Amino acid sequence: MLEEIRIKVENINFFYGLKHALVDLNMDIYKNRVTAMIGPSGCGKSTFIRLINRMNDLVSHTTLKGRILLDGKNIFDPDVDVVELRRKVGMVFQKPNPFPKSIFENLVYGLQIKGVTDKKVLNEKTETALRKAALWEEVKDRLNDSALRLSGGQQQRLCIARCLVVEPEVILFDEPCASLDPISTRKIEDLIVELKKDYTILVVTHNMQQAARISTKTAFFLLGELIEFGNTEDIFTNPKDKRTEDYVSGRFG
Amino acid sequence: MLSRNFTDSLIEKLIFACGFAAIILVSLIFFFLLREGLGFFAQYNIKEFISGHFWYPTSKPAGFGILPLIMGSLFVTLGAAVIAVPVGVMAAFYISEVAPVAVRDILKSGIELLAAIPSVVIGFIGMVTLVPLVRVIFDIPTGLSAFSGALMLAFMAMPTIVSISEDAIRSVPGTYKEGALALGATKWQTMYRIILPAAAPGILAAVMLGIGRVIGETMAVMMITGNAAAIPDTIFDPVRTMTATIAAEMGETVKGSMHYKGLFAIGLVLFVITFIINFIADSFLNRVKK
Ligand SMILES: Nc1ncnc2c1ncn2[C@@H]1O[C@H](COP(=O)(O)OP(=O)(O)OP(=O)(O)O)[C@@H](O)[C@H]1O
Ligand SMILES: [Mg+2]
Repeated sequence: MLEEIRIKVENINFFYGLKHALVDLNMDIYKNRVTAMIGPSGCGKSTFIRLINRMNDLVSHTTLKGRILLDGKNIFDPDVDVVELRRKVGMVFQKPNPFPKSIFENLVYGLQIKGVTDKKVLNEKTETALRKAALWEEVKDRLNDSALRLSGGQQQRLCIARCLVVEPEVILFDEPCASLDPISTRKIEDLIVELKKDYTILVVTHNMQQAARISTKTAFFLLGELIEFGNTEDIFTNPKDKRTEDYVSGRFG
Repeated sequence: MLSRNFTDSLIEKLIFACGFAAIILVSLIFFFLLREGLGFFAQYNIKEFISGHFWYPTSKPAGFGILPLIMGSLFVTLGAAVIAVPVGVMAAFYISEVAPVAVRDILKSGIELLAAIPSVVIGFIGMVTLVPLVRVIFDIPTGLSAFSGALMLAFMAMPTIVSISEDAIRSVPGTYKEGALALGATKWQTMYRIILPAAAPGILAAVMLGIGRVIGETMAVMMITGNAAAIPDTIFDPVRTMTATIAAEMGETVKGSMHYKGLFAIGLVLFVITFIINFIADSFLNRVKK
């Protein structure tokens, strides 16, 4: 498969008030690849991926410099339709955030807002997405129950399914397995690898083995800076930077 | 050790006494209302009372039909709700979701200020400004009408509805909003489909409190609705409400007379209506919560 750049990050600097959260970021994200973001807590991983679907627009008193090109077009240009962008770039949040509605309603919401009303289509897509997120067997008999009654891990998988159901082109996963047991984690990892065929994927993770298992490229962040970015294999076996080496080998962080 | 137990049990007893006193007082009021009201129905047919068209408590023979009063209350309160609820809820959405921060702060303090104006003052201002305006705009013989009353009550209910709805909307977790927007929902779709349902119990409580505030409102309504105890054909006719009737006539009656008891009977009817409304709202609220 040809390496095709989907997202190009150019000289990104981001501030929360006066706090410099991201410093001079430059990186390329490839189509049909899984790019992993690793780094200690508070280093700006979430901040970074929330820029790509412009979720940080909702946070007030922030400053952004630089560009992020999606298919060659700067997503921060004034003429960009944010709604259109977010339909293309889906996101699974770090904390599961199901709507206070039934499981079924959570899943079809993304379709309904796009104008899909055909009951059959809604049912089919719901089932497909739930199967992919390894949740179907657990909830198929209780689709009308409130999503808030699901366990934390189930809620996380519901949010993954909710994101899949609208078929975005790029998916941002912010620690998708943080509250999952090893079996579900395994299923989600398989899913991410599977999704790679059709999507461009970014995954934030604290789990080094996970990054190594599923990603092609890995980015190591520290205090808002991108310390090292390259092929996952190189990052883990042959890091160029001492700090990367220390982190991936568990010597600090 | 001993003293802590002692204070604990003392506080417990105090709380119990307060709660008990409250219950006793409410039941006393209720029994008083019931005794006087039921005493009236012992002498006057209840069906005639509710459905009678004429309220002539002092003529001979006297007529105690409260249908015009019920209609008056209905027109004014319903009219107020129809105006206040949509406007108030939309204003709350505007303040919490749309308005820039500076505008939001100004609006919020403005609304709190509105809530603090005594109803008599609002009634008076309504009488000198709203009533002539309504007369001219709708080209009716007198501006003292159900419509003026409804408009003014809406105005009085609005601060409560707006500020409590706004609280409810703002307490919807931001993560719901993020989730919806991340799926590609527009701002409007997020408000309508996610935030509104999540805030619904709070908004309903706001509406109930707002309407509750004006349903028992007497003075302002008395000043502005024309006080004609006749069944209104349209909302632009003068009306008289049940509360206004009680307030206006209670001072002039002889204690223990039919008229006196009749006013209590009106109070009883009012009580039953309020009870039913609360009951409906409550069961609705429970359904929404589920
Ligand atoms: N809304 C905000 N306002 C102000 N500062 C923020 C905000 N969100 C994040 N920060 C700060 O920006 C820095 C980066 O936070 P971010 O959430 O991106 O870290 P992270 O790498 O995702 O951490 P974790 O692994 O714990 O999720 C942190 O120092 C954090 O305190
Ligand atoms: Mg994070």
